[in-house]
Amino acid sequence: MTAPAPVLALDNVSKVFGSKDKPVYAARSVSLALYPGRTLALVGESGSGKTTAARLIMREYRPDQGQLLFRGAPVGDGSLKAYRAAVQMVFQDPFSALNPAHTVRYHLERPLRLHQPDLGATARQAAVAELLERVKLDPALIAAKYPHELSGGQRQRISIARALAVNPAVIVADEPTSMLDVSVRLGILNLLNDMKSQLGLALLYITHDIATARYVAEDIMVMYAGQIVEWGDMDSVLGNPQHPYTRLLLSAVPDPDRRFGEGRPDDELSRIDVIRRQTALPQPEVRTIAANHFIRPMPA
Amino acid sequence: MNVLSIANLSIDYVGAESVFHAVKDVSFNIAPGEFFGLAGESGCGKSTIAFAISRLHRPPALIRTGSKILVDGRDVLELDDAELRSFRWREVAMVFQSAMNSLNPVLTIEAQFYDVLNTHLGLSRVQAKARAAELLRLVDISPDRLSAYPHQCSGGMRQRIVIAICLALNPKLLIMDEPTTALDVVVQREILQRIDTLRKELGFSVLFITHDLGLMVQVSDRIGIMLEGELVEVNDAQTIYRAPSHDYTKRLWASMPRLHGTPIRQEPAS
Repeated sequence: MTAPAPVLALDNVSKVFGSKDKPVYAARSVSLALYPGRTLALVGESGSGKTTAARLIMREYRPDQGQLLFRGAPVGDGSLKAYRAAVQMVFQDPFSALNPAHTVRYHLERPLRLHQPDLGATARQAAVAELLERVKLDPALIAAKYPHELSGGQRQRISIARALAVNPAVIVADEPTSMLDVSVRLGILNLLNDMKSQLGLALLYITHDIATARYVAEDIMVMYAGQIVEWGDMDSVLGNPQHPYTRLLLSAVPDPDRRFGEGRPDDELSRIDVIRRQTALPQPEVRTIAANHFIRPMPA
Repeated sequence: MNVLSIANLSIDYVGAESVFHAVKDVSFNIAPGEFFGLAGESGCGKSTIAFAISRLHRPPALIRTGSKILVDGRDVLELDDAELRSFRWREVAMVFQSAMNSLNPVLTIEAQFYDVLNTHLGLSRVQAKARAAELLRLVDISPDRLSAYPHQCSGGMRQRIVIAICLALNPKLLIMDEPTTALDVVVQREILQRIDTLRKELGFSVLFITHDLGLMVQVSDRIGIMLEGELVEVNDAQTIYRAPSHDYTKRLWASMPRLHGTPIRQEPAS
């Protein structure tokens, strides 16, 4: 059996900001691959480079080194229209991602008009209804509404429907649930899971919340200071975290079990400054932990 | 005596055509030094309670007669304007949601400390600077930062500065309304650990409001669960976690993604 081909990949990509004498690596030799029907979680704290990776994938930034590959071919400088339809994004803030002056129907019809100009008005209406049903909203109730008439969870569903409108192959979701109530979060995560399995989408789920990452993703990458420091199979990485920074992140997750006895200890929190300083150093060496589990060892 | 005692608190939002009962007959107490958590979803009334405690609620919010809010035995609802001015901050200090945006962007950190310390304690610039440096050290920030402007500090740092300013007058009760929601998990953990250490050192009580039940159980002594304006369950943190009695609390737990054990796959609590 041959390994399935990734639909999208970053190959050894670096992105540098700042000046020549004081470069800041927002991405340092980042390689990642997204596969149909699978979710990769990219986790790390604020400023670790997660969103830079998303912007590189969305082609908002050009890599300073390395390549962005779509179905094996480099994404060039020509027309990006087909690429933009294939790779869609769901943003963090459901309140600012939608235009307050337009109805839900407008938001969903616009991508259809742009990318399927041959579609007639009736077919477009039917497509809008189908999209809303896909994200478990009632078209009769929702289509004519304005964003301010919807809850945060409903708005995030509209964002997802809008992304689905152009039949994408890849969805990049940047903290899609961090601004939602705990009780609403799960519905959105379930929806992402359904999209992945029903439509065979490749999903990149960006978050600082490892507990939700575990819920939606098969693979995980832990990022700090622009570098992927530990990656691989979700259960292997979370069950047997090898990089001190991964352990630090795990320690920081609220975990009632830790307080009442059974959770993992949180020793890393007392060494937080050392771990951050050392993990920020460039580390080209990669060590294999298991078949699908790797780290860049923290420099001593 | 309890630091905070709330009895039969009912708050309505009075509209032209209808009245919304935001808080319905809520009663609970917070003991000296206690870390009390109030959990619930958006719109359940938890922030309305927080605002009412320091009388920061504004029309159309109306506290119904028969409601009682006692801070250190004093009836907050009876205070006149002058009493209220000295009561706020000195007795009860509040860290707002996205507090990091509540610093004045055009004033240095030092000037913002001086505002409080001069108004309430009459400290001079020099005295205020010394006290401010001391307060910053409490939250693990170097006193060098006094000359910085808010935009020169990270979000987590700004949040800690707000907490330091809140502690400036040694309040008896610190109210924190979703204080870490905008921050990532590592920074969130550092800040809550610091608060926990400080309340043990300085002896203040905490009213901690969040929708994140996992976080709340980790830091609180006792927890109250709110649903649609009612306080449906109050118990110690371990019982809320291990043996919740109200069905809603159970469903809240069921909707939380967890770090270990079988991944859940249920529809949300509401």
